[in-house]
Amino acid sequence: MELLYWDGCPSHPRALAELRGAMTAMGLNPDAVAVREVDSDDLARRERFVGSPTIRIDGADVVEPPEDEPYGLTCRVYYSRDGRVVPVPDRADVDAALQRALTERSHV
Amino acid sequence: MSLSIGDAIPLFALPDTSDQVHRVDGGAHGKSASVVVFTCNHCPYAIAWHDRLLDVAQDYKPREVRFYAICSNDGARYPRDSFAAMKQRVQADGGWPVPYLRDEAQDVAHAFGAERTPEVFVFDAEDRLAYHGAPDGSSDDPSQNAQWLRDALDDLLAGGPVSRPETKPVGCSIKWKE
Repeated sequence: MELLYWDGCPSHPRALAELRGAMTAMGLNPDAVAVREVDSDDLARRERFVGSPTIRIDGADVVEPPEDEPYGLTCRVYYSRDGRVVPVPDRADVDAALQRALTERSHV
Repeated sequence: MSLSIGDAIPLFALPDTSDQVHRVDGGAHGKSASVVVFTCNHCPYAIAWHDRLLDVAQDYKPREVRFYAICSNDGARYPRDSFAAMKQRVQADGGWPVPYLRDEAQDVAHAFGAERTPEVFVFDAEDRLAYHGAPDGSSDDPSQNAQWLRDALDDLLAGGPVSRPETKPVGCSIKWKE
């Protein structure tokens, strides 16, 4: 589990708190999140970082970005389940991604 | 460093998305207040607050409040905030009720000391800063209706000081040129 962030965007503390809350609710260790800063355009390209925050579980983004989304140091646009533009993933999307990962791991 | 309450509005002349230049030149303008919002196309906070801010512009236009939206972000590194992208956005929206100004040199953002998108500055009839901060308390909650900005304008239009003159701007950092 990893959370990638860029310091120029203020939303990662909230995203991290919500991710840890979701993990705790599912009985997972909330400290098992690797938090990594992306601080250059070069690193953004290498990390396929389309904006802050980006949460990946087993390498998969909790909300897959559009294929043509450019890499770079920026704030990421998410949509809530009721269609609003929000700066962090909808909690329901995080829950669903965690559940998917748990299901896939149980099948390994 | 950002402007302080009571500071004079920085002067500027910037083009809008129709290439018409808008000037704040220190001369008489006959308006009861002025709102300057630094914003952009790509930031989730700016997008989330956008409709609320345009609603304020519409609602207070009959009360002689002038309103400017300014994008200062580096359009080379952030093409979604380029002048061309600004023009495309306004056209796609069928026009905006406020001029969307291009601060290509970023000197207007520097003059205001702006750091975020969105970041709101409200000036009184004498062009002195009366409110600086966020539109309201949460980008996530449209029902907040840019109430901090509306309160500031209501206080000014009632002839009094602004009761909450400063709040913390919340949003993406302005993308400075390297």
